[in-house]
Amino acid sequence: MNKEKNILVKVDKLVKYFPITRGIVFQKEVGAVKAVDNISFEIREGETLGLVGESGCGKSTTGRTILQLHEPTSGHVYYRGEDLSKIPANKLRKLRRNIQIIFQDPYASLNPRMTIGDIIAEPLEIHNIGNAKTSRERVQELLNLVGLNPFFIKRYPHEFSGGQRQRIGVARALALNPEFIVCDEPISALDVSVQAQVVNLLEELQEKFNLTYLFIAHDLSMVRHISDRIAVMYLGKLVELADRDALFNNKMHPYSISLLSAVPIPDPPKERQRKRIILKGDVPSPANVPSGCRFHTRCPIAEEICKREDPPWIEKETDHWVACHLVEKAQRLML
Amino acid sequence: MDNREVILDIRDLYTTFHTREGIVHAVNGISYQLHAGETLGIVGESGCGKSVSMLSVIDLLESPPAKIDAEAIYFKDKNLREISKSDMRRIRGSSITMIFQDPMTSLNPVLTIGFQIKEPLKLHLGMNDEQAAKRSAELLALVGIPEAENRLSDYPHQFSGGMRQRAMIAMALACNPTLLIADEPTTALDVTIQAQLVELIKGIQKELGMALIWITHDLGVVAGIAERVVVMYAGFVVEDAKVDDLYGNPLHPYTSALLKSLPRVDDDQEEKLATIEGMPPGLLERPECCPFEPRCSFAKDICRNENPPLEELKPGHRVACWVDMNTGELR
Repeated sequence: MNKEKNILVKVDKLVKYFPITRGIVFQKEVGAVKAVDNISFEIREGETLGLVGESGCGKSTTGRTILQLHEPTSGHVYYRGEDLSKIPANKLRKLRRNIQIIFQDPYASLNPRMTIGDIIAEPLEIHNIGNAKTSRERVQELLNLVGLNPFFIKRYPHEFSGGQRQRIGVARALALNPEFIVCDEPISALDVSVQAQVVNLLEELQEKFNLTYLFIAHDLSMVRHISDRIAVMYLGKLVELADRDALFNNKMHPYSISLLSAVPIPDPPKERQRKRIILKGDVPSPANVPSGCRFHTRCPIAEEICKREDPPWIEKETDHWVACHLVEKAQRLML
Repeated sequence: MDNREVILDIRDLYTTFHTREGIVHAVNGISYQLHAGETLGIVGESGCGKSVSMLSVIDLLESPPAKIDAEAIYFKDKNLREISKSDMRRIRGSSITMIFQDPMTSLNPVLTIGFQIKEPLKLHLGMNDEQAAKRSAELLALVGIPEAENRLSDYPHQFSGGMRQRAMIAMALACNPTLLIADEPTTALDVTIQAQLVELIKGIQKELGMALIWITHDLGVVAGIAERVVVMYAGFVVEDAKVDDLYGNPLHPYTSALLKSLPRVDDDQEEKLATIEGMPPGLLERPECCPFEPRCSFAKDICRNENPPLEELKPGHRVACWVDMNTGELR
């Protein structure tokens, strides 16, 4: 069913390395942090694609590189078929109205010296839309939309709680009627009882305006709730991508399997009986990635081939992509 | 009920902070007991007083601004509110130890890991440097750090987040504590590392038999590790029950709403998440009524006038609420 939907964003062999340099005057490159290393996927119109992984795996860099906030080292991002890295700056700027981002930290992403009215109106100003009166009306409309009192327009960010600030961030992202929003861990800084409020708001807005989300998070339970499809990332690479239910019921990659088994469930009897795969060690540094399959150093089922060869990214079943040499062996892990 | 010896008995603990903005009422008269070898989870949102209550118990808050007031806090047969500072220092770090949330800031960056683990051994157990070094290596190995002996001379920045937290655990275990307080020890870490540490602490607890207080906001982690759970809200204990009772049959509207608002990784619910509207109250005024009343869907007149006492409704299940959630009427 999802196949017929239009492809909104296409990420093709995207690579983002950050150079490590030495020296002050005569800088030379001595290595690179391979934050995103050759990943390809598509985001379909109207869907929510969840992107999960541990800290430092490159999920935020992926989101930002898609928006061209980082210039990709190589590879392409297509938005409605247009290559974002090739189109001229003035055209890109126009296109940017359609693509927005909500940041993780609602404390750092709002300018403390601007009133929230000015914060939300700023995108309108930058894109020369309307006049003072219309943008004021628009701001009030947006505040209503995200469940804040329009009278708050003259207040400053410090007068709001974390949840309310995140609503302000959402209002700002919506100001230009975008089609696509990158949600970069929008709820991880919030309290449990407030997380559900913000997630429900995002879902309501999606329905109302037919928004497409790339939802970046490390909380798998929330990602399962909000996403249509889920991509799992490990050390700069995608390891698995599938429909939500396929990913949870028919996991193929040993990393996805272990990651899911590590998420605690708020149900004591179930939690006590669960089979868990505890991964050894830490995530290796993206500046010094292991040979072959990057997961082989922690993988519970790794074999010789995994140390030598990087597994290809293949569509194992319809719409279910995975990069592992030993899918069959992995699927027996939880038995 | 629980036949084990009571090792910690907190009676009517109040903690306030005197600030320029006014008096912050962080902990508002909490009482509970902990038994030897028991694992107690303390859950609640940020600012509910869960960490402050524990820091008050071991007297780690700077005073002023903090002011601690309690009828008594018994640790075994000693009243921690009455003993001298030097006696407190002798208990803290040996019989009662604490692991902090942020392994990046709770280790001293200019001292080696070895130095920091040796410190409590020398201080509390009177070991000499050689003995302490040997014991430190054993402790590091116990918490699962490979080549422990060589890592003693490393500095904290050479350790990853998970390893630093392991080093913290080694320090906390150094003197064989009776009570280990873990203050959100895995919150700053990734899920796979969290799973490693939870298993590690569970294993060590089984081996050494100490009591464990696990402070967290993550109801999932508590479900797997705790025997009993205390739920805090705005500085009050609102519910205290065995873990299965608390999750299976919560009696406080806050606990119940909190559990319903959690998405679960084992369950593909399509419907919207239940939410708790509003946000936790500010702490500048001590609430005279039930602190959860403004957000509670069961609120009645009495809830606006009087704060419900924490009462034992079933054996081992205490709750502070006027309303019976099953009927929606007053108890």
